[in-house]
Amino acid sequence: MSSLDPRINRLDLVKTAQAENIQPHQHWETYEVFVQAKRGGHHTHAGSLHAADHDMALIFAKEQFARRGQCHNIWVVKTSNIFALNTEDADMFAENNEKKYRNTGGFKVSDKITQYKRSHKHTQPDETD
Amino acid sequence: MYGGGYIYDPENKNQAPIAEDPEKLAEFEAKIDNGEKIEPSDWMPYEYRRQLIRMIEQHAHSEIIGALPEGTWITRAPGFKRKMALIAKVQDEIGHGQLLYAAAETLGKPREQMLNDLLSGKSKYSNVFNYPAKTWADVAVIGFLIDAGAIINQLANSKGSYAPYGRALKRICAEESFHLKQGYEAFVYLATGTSTQRAMLQDAVNRWWPPIMHFFGPSDKISVHTEKLIRWQVKMDTNDNMRNDFLEQYVPKIWELDITLPDPNLRKNPETGRWEYTEPDWDEFFRVISGNGPCNKERLDVRRWVEESGRWVRQALFKPNEIYKVPLA
Repeated sequence: MSSLDPRINRLDLVKTAQAENIQPHQHWETYEVFVQAKRGGHHTHAGSLHAADHDMALIFAKEQFARRGQCHNIWVVKTSNIFALNTEDADMFAENNEKKYRNTGGFKVSDKITQYKRSHKHTQPDETD
Repeated sequence: MYGGGYIYDPENKNQAPIAEDPEKLAEFEAKIDNGEKIEPSDWMPYEYRRQLIRMIEQHAHSEIIGALPEGTWITRAPGFKRKMALIAKVQDEIGHGQLLYAAAETLGKPREQMLNDLLSGKSKYSNVFNYPAKTWADVAVIGFLIDAGAIINQLANSKGSYAPYGRALKRICAEESFHLKQGYEAFVYLATGTSTQRAMLQDAVNRWWPPIMHFFGPSDKISVHTEKLIRWQVKMDTNDNMRNDFLEQYVPKIWELDITLPDPNLRKNPETGRWEYTEPDWDEFFRVISGNGPCNKERLDVRRWVEESGRWVRQALFKPNEIYKVPLA
């Protein structure tokens, strides 16, 4: 076989017969990557990668998730160190929107004030007196 | 680049359908009909998982193999700017491969196994990369038209139901638009250049047109299992519709530069609004994808060489006590 690329022709490609024998975990552990786009913002999950240790994970994360555009900081965490809820249990949050007492919308005063002003109008001191 | 519309699936024909729990299946389908996304820890039908692994894995392999014909042109790219842009593009493609392998891993297939299947020929990659990039004009045609095809396919798929794939594709599409733009600029540069440059470009377009027409996969008339995949929002549009979108957007851009396309029947039907063309040679497509194209052997041989030559690094850094965990999202 002759390639159009002279560099490929210089490789001894015939000897390679055992490549498709990558053993489990030869590609190391997985890390989750969190990127802070600018100072003052949150670190946001950007994706995952394989690395042999955290130093390599940070280098790969920089190459993979911060090649262009703004980036201020990166965190990497071993996937095995992240504990997550199961997405199938999401119904535990179903009543969140019904808890009005946890939100500003649960506390209304304008009706009371209007009513108060109306019923007490005659007792207000008249400044023109 | 480089997700084509075709999912190579040789085992499907003889396999008995898996009996799914009807209640869970109905719940799953209702979720999809509702526009909700599926996350890795959600229940999903066996066939949904299998087809997604196949599709995302093939897409990942296509990114990695697709970098090879372009990578060989880095040393010969004309000028500093083109060289820098090509290096950036090739790095992006490898990065896309890694994002996609991670998305496929969330479905339970380890990366090592995907690479073994690529190298043994068990899983496939986009057929266009089994053709050689003979001249610099080929690199311009790939960067412009193959990437344009990939964007049409990937933008559609990024709205699909499987969340990790959608997230990866959104990131990928943003970078693809740079690939398309730099490819288009290189294409226009040759098309508006000397007669030698125009002739070189025309020759490349003539050779790449059949693989480009193949890119979106077989015609809907012969494409199997499209219906269920569309229902589950694994595939977001049919192969013929995506091919039509591509022709609609890009043929005028080629013709306005007085570059011709090697198909006398190519025209937009003013009544239907759809493009008509000579049916691509699907026998050729299947012949090449099953291993008999001009570059299949070279692509896999190079990938095998890379794997073997770099293996000592992986082994030196290997920690046998570390636990592999499937990526979260």
